[in-house]
Amino acid sequence: MSAITNVARASLSKDLRLEWRSKDAINSMLFFALLVVIFSFSFDPTAEESRRIAGGLVWVAFLFAAVVALNQTWARELRNQVLDAYRVSPAPANALFLAKAFGNFIFVIVLETFMTPLFIVFYNLRALGPAYQLLIVSALGTWALVVNGTFFAAMSLRTRSREIMLPLLLFPISIPALLATVEATTAILTGDFSAKFWIVLLAAYNVVFTTACLLLFDTVLNAE
Amino acid sequence: MNHVSHAAATPIIVIHDLVKQFGRFAALRGVSAEFVSGRLYAIVGENGAGKTTLLRSLAGLTRPTRGTISMLGTTDLRSVCRQVGYMAHPSLLYDEMAGMENLRYFARLYGIQDDERCAATITAVGLDPTLTRPVGQYSQGMRQRMSLARAMIHDPRILLLDEPFSNVDAHSARQMTHLLKQLRDAGKTIFVVTHQASQLEHAADEFVQMEAGLITRRTRELMMAETP
Repeated sequence: MSAITNVARASLSKDLRLEWRSKDAINSMLFFALLVVIFSFSFDPTAEESRRIAGGLVWVAFLFAAVVALNQTWARELRNQVLDAYRVSPAPANALFLAKAFGNFIFVIVLETFMTPLFIVFYNLRALGPAYQLLIVSALGTWALVVNGTFFAAMSLRTRSREIMLPLLLFPISIPALLATVEATTAILTGDFSAKFWIVLLAAYNVVFTTACLLLFDTVLNAE
Repeated sequence: MNHVSHAAATPIIVIHDLVKQFGRFAALRGVSAEFVSGRLYAIVGENGAGKTTLLRSLAGLTRPTRGTISMLGTTDLRSVCRQVGYMAHPSLLYDEMAGMENLRYFARLYGIQDDERCAATITAVGLDPTLTRPVGQYSQGMRQRMSLARAMIHDPRILLLDEPFSNVDAHSARQMTHLLKQLRDAGKTIFVVTHQASQLEHAADEFVQMEAGLITRRTRELMMAETP
């Protein structure tokens, strides 16, 4: 267990250092997320309309932005075939997966932290339900996106058009998570109904898919 | 004819009927060989002879289509990966990080937390561990040496080196050859895939000639390997 933790920590710190120097993922994600802010000028929704559509808009923006980050994170490992150095080492595959997933989680959370105030201002948003639940939904929803995204990005690593392959694999499997996240966000913003069912669904989704990804990642990493 | 015999020594690596197919192309076509420890083997041959595929198979990166590799007494190569160091043709390094940062990361993969050991390994290959420049800005020779340092960081018994002299100037290549001799004298078993076999003329214990996915000849002298 300590081997997994040590290697995961080393890999995560390496990824954060590389991202800090290149800013590849954050810059590309920011571009996507800003597009949604531009929508607010096109539609000019009222506060009531905003509360109803914001959940969908925000999470679709984050999903697309996350896909960009997910492609970047594995692209680094392809340059100079660095992944082979990992494969010949005794380091557990799970440790690399966890480091990548946590790294992507941090990147997307940073993006969400920057973008949320902009969404609030431009869409004139105010939660009518328990606002603290937005933090839980945000954490669970982001993890749901990145855990599968990290896995499928690794899976599509050796395919020719991996930028296209990733969304093709990721989007269908993310539908339950996206639905739960959007419904929970809308429930909290409008205050019309409780978000608890969707939060529990999201948590269960995360447990199932995190476990599956951890179990299968060794096969994906060592596939030829 | 100066053929090699290993009657007395116990083999550290035994390859039996190794076949590797990529689609319809057979990169290895039934390689069988034994290699003893503490020797420096130069694997030579034309492009497409199967040298790199053989090395990747020994490193456990390529799964054989058929046949077995026994290393240090086991066919489970994963279980002996701590005893194997692999240097590929690409550097296997992060261009955006300094040499020491790279080595520190790869050391952690082997459970090595000691920064002094990383610094000592960098010094051993003739580089300065305090260099803060990212590896991407190194010369090709420096990059090759750093790549060798990465392969050596965990002090493996077996070193698999793919084209360590490619794009390296003559002086750096001589330094690397000297280092490889030292490592061999210290008991390491070293496999060097190279097109510049003359670099190893006075260092290699054996030249292993490969042609069309097969080992066709094993000789002690380079001339024997080059001229049929």
